[in-house]
Amino acid sequence: MSVQDDVIAHPPIAAPVPARRRKVGVGASALTWGIPLLAAALILPFLVKNFLIFQVTLVMVYAIAIMGLNLLTGFNGQFSLGHSAFYAIGAYTAAILMEMGGVPYALTLPVAGLVCFLAGFLFGLPALRLEGLYLALATFALAVATPQLLKFSPFEHWTGGVQGIVVIKPDAPFGLPLSQDQWLYFFTLAVGTVLFWTARNLVRSRTGRAMMAIRDNPIAARSMGVNTALYKSLTFGVSALYTGIAGALGAIVVQFVAPDSFTFALSIGLLVGLVVGGVGWLPGALFGGAFVLFVPNIAEHVSKGLSGAVYGLILILLIYLMPSGVAGFVRAAAGYLNGARKRRVT
Amino acid sequence: MELFVQQVLAGLATGGIYACVALAVVMIYQAIDHLNFAQGEMAMFSTFIAWQLLQWGVPYWAAFVLTIGISFVAGALIERIVFKPIQNAPVLSHVVVFIALFAILNSLAGFIWDFSIKEFPTPFGSSPLLGSGLISSHQAGMIAVTLLVLLFLYVFFRYTRVGLAMRAAAGNPESARLVGIRVGWMVALGWGMAAAIGAIAGMLIAPVVFLEPNMMLSILLYGFAGAVLGGLTSPGGAVIGGFSLGVLENLAGTYIPVVGSELKHPIALVVIVAVLVLKPGGLFGRVAVQRV
Amino acid sequence: MTTLLDVRGLRAGYGPIQVLHGLDFSLDEGGVTTLLGANGAGKTTTLRALCGMIRTAGDVMFAGQRITGRSTEDVVRLGIAHVPQGRGTFTRLTVEENLQLGAVTRGDRPGIAADIERIYGYFPILKKRRLQQAGTLSGGEQQMLAVGRALMLRPRLMLLDEPSFGLAPLIVRELFDILSTVNRDEGVSMLIVEQNAALALGIADQAYLLETGRIVMSGTAAAIREDETVRRSYLGY
Repeated sequence: MSVQDDVIAHPPIAAPVPARRRKVGVGASALTWGIPLLAAALILPFLVKNFLIFQVTLVMVYAIAIMGLNLLTGFNGQFSLGHSAFYAIGAYTAAILMEMGGVPYALTLPVAGLVCFLAGFLFGLPALRLEGLYLALATFALAVATPQLLKFSPFEHWTGGVQGIVVIKPDAPFGLPLSQDQWLYFFTLAVGTVLFWTARNLVRSRTGRAMMAIRDNPIAARSMGVNTALYKSLTFGVSALYTGIAGALGAIVVQFVAPDSFTFALSIGLLVGLVVGGVGWLPGALFGGAFVLFVPNIAEHVSKGLSGAVYGLILILLIYLMPSGVAGFVRAAAGYLNGARKRRVT
Repeated sequence: MELFVQQVLAGLATGGIYACVALAVVMIYQAIDHLNFAQGEMAMFSTFIAWQLLQWGVPYWAAFVLTIGISFVAGALIERIVFKPIQNAPVLSHVVVFIALFAILNSLAGFIWDFSIKEFPTPFGSSPLLGSGLISSHQAGMIAVTLLVLLFLYVFFRYTRVGLAMRAAAGNPESARLVGIRVGWMVALGWGMAAAIGAIAGMLIAPVVFLEPNMMLSILLYGFAGAVLGGLTSPGGAVIGGFSLGVLENLAGTYIPVVGSELKHPIALVVIVAVLVLKPGGLFGRVAVQRV
Repeated sequence: MTTLLDVRGLRAGYGPIQVLHGLDFSLDEGGVTTLLGANGAGKTTTLRALCGMIRTAGDVMFAGQRITGRSTEDVVRLGIAHVPQGRGTFTRLTVEENLQLGAVTRGDRPGIAADIERIYGYFPILKKRRLQQAGTLSGGEQQMLAVGRALMLRPRLMLLDEPSFGLAPLIVRELFDILSTVNRDEGVSMLIVEQNAALALGIADQAYLLETGRIVMSGTAAAIREDETVRRSYLGY
């Protein structure tokens, strides 16, 4: 709840781009950039070492999680500090199914997705009454509670308690001549591409417009007949689904799940990744994922003792240069390249 | 019965810490209309500065006042230097800058003063209050100071011109400019005040939890929770929220066997969420009525 | 009659969209001037440009001082009070606090107290509601409060943006009578932006007609009122 009087709902969480400009700018370039990018992505695993492949795979995993968060926060305006919980649920679902149920890894993804969808939807229902900071607090509570619940003694038989569960890394199927890391890379790439395309279509559909209408002006949306309660809860569910699938993939890739891997710090990481990539811009998730994975490492390289300070400085510099994340930068560049001369007030 | 009273009082004592922090949180929220996630780290850093002054032989109360002054200036400066350049950026970008500030302060403190635990003195003595076994004089002193700060803030906002100007600037910056208020200064002032209150909170908390760079982590979060419970628009509510949270936490830990200390913290948060769902503005807060 | 406000070549807009394309107009001290025009003509933009609330270019002189490029707070402190569209009241603060805020930059305590009483004299309903939260007042009452707050600044020039908007005709009549009185008795110059042309021309001395960011007609209020095109397009007869 804002202290501000007289306010037109809340200050914009994302700076919404006028639809017209988006088509001319980023939309058209999706094809011009997408194809070479995909081609590069397909060749990459054959050119670099296994560890780097592993890292890039993780970047994609985080990107999927960030896409989930973007759907909820960027496109629907619901602020969440609790996505580490959904990631954890997805991860543990996959781990438990694989290690205790002998379920093949590929099948764990849809199950994890479904479980998280339900969890997200159910959480979204009471959350309907909360906005802004109050929602932040509720989701924060969720994030903090999750590792504690995972360590909770009565559940230990399933969760493995503090030590967690070890997951066996799968081999490439059909005897394909790929290393485990390479196979997982392609698997993740495929899943990620499908999820990205689905999200993109969702956002451009009527449903997507309803979601965004709710974000920009919930009262107007409601008076236009949009069932805000339903859409908000469904969005929560879908968002959790994406992050849950990311968690499941993460579990398989990292081969390990433990309560302390899914603390509140992960939620913060996802949020930072979201903003760096650009709120309300799906492709930004890749940049966000890369930031989350690589920048802390870079910071440590620069200065072991002051790694946190270096990380913070890099983050601040990035926001100064690109206040709306990579998305803002790309929009500005696209606008410039398209020859749209900004009529400045001379 | 005695156990109950003991736990309530112990809860009030921890609650005093939360109340202090909750007050700082609400203060800055009233000044700038969003939360400062780095508030705990700023308080921790201030406490380290105080510690350093004490190490250099400065007497306690002089160090106390000096630290408050330094924190006030630093808070205002941080606002002008770090946040003014991005004042038109979307809200989430602000949140991320807060996170960055948090990381910088935490890392810097660890680098300068290392992560070992240090003792921090209390001016109130640690013997039990008036010989009773209920609370120590430090805990009583802490509660007293919190209430004093609360009183000061009440008077400041209600009865002084600057206080009124600050409330106006936070509530409706554009209109505030139209009456000639320099909104930028008001925001910086709000930050300075919040930093000063944070410093006081830190110096009161450190004797109990011991000084180290991560000391404020969970405390800030519970201070925040207490503030929300009480209602972010009400400093008095924030204080009550903080105290209630301390008591709640203790009682839950003592009386609900399955909880123990494993789930003490999440339970408290769950209760808060439940309260919010039932009463979205917090216990004492006022939900803004939106004119359609 | 000295010129209080002199505007030359005023250009302003929002981001890449330019709304004002070079306005030239002026105001005499002690007069009431009205800026008329349909929706989207740029009337509100003009007032915001004068107060430095948006990016502006051109030359605006107020009492001999250049005010283009100055921040809103500085322009206000020079003696210009702006009653914005939508009133801009501090809804969470009380009526009396709103009035006190009008005088927040002044130093003379007894003068301020006297002024508050004077405002209550103009608007007795405000006195009745002095300790109520401003947000609970009706539209008309909030408009009176907004005008009262502006008067507390003891301005030389008052800018009013569509003061009649959303108000019942009787209240509007009352309000405009008070504005007339204030102008006459206290010598406060006024620039009133209005869609309701008849109303505005009733109390103005000078009038300008704005269409899509350009001034298309200017003259005394009486002359404008008699003009054929104005009568047909804006006065309805």
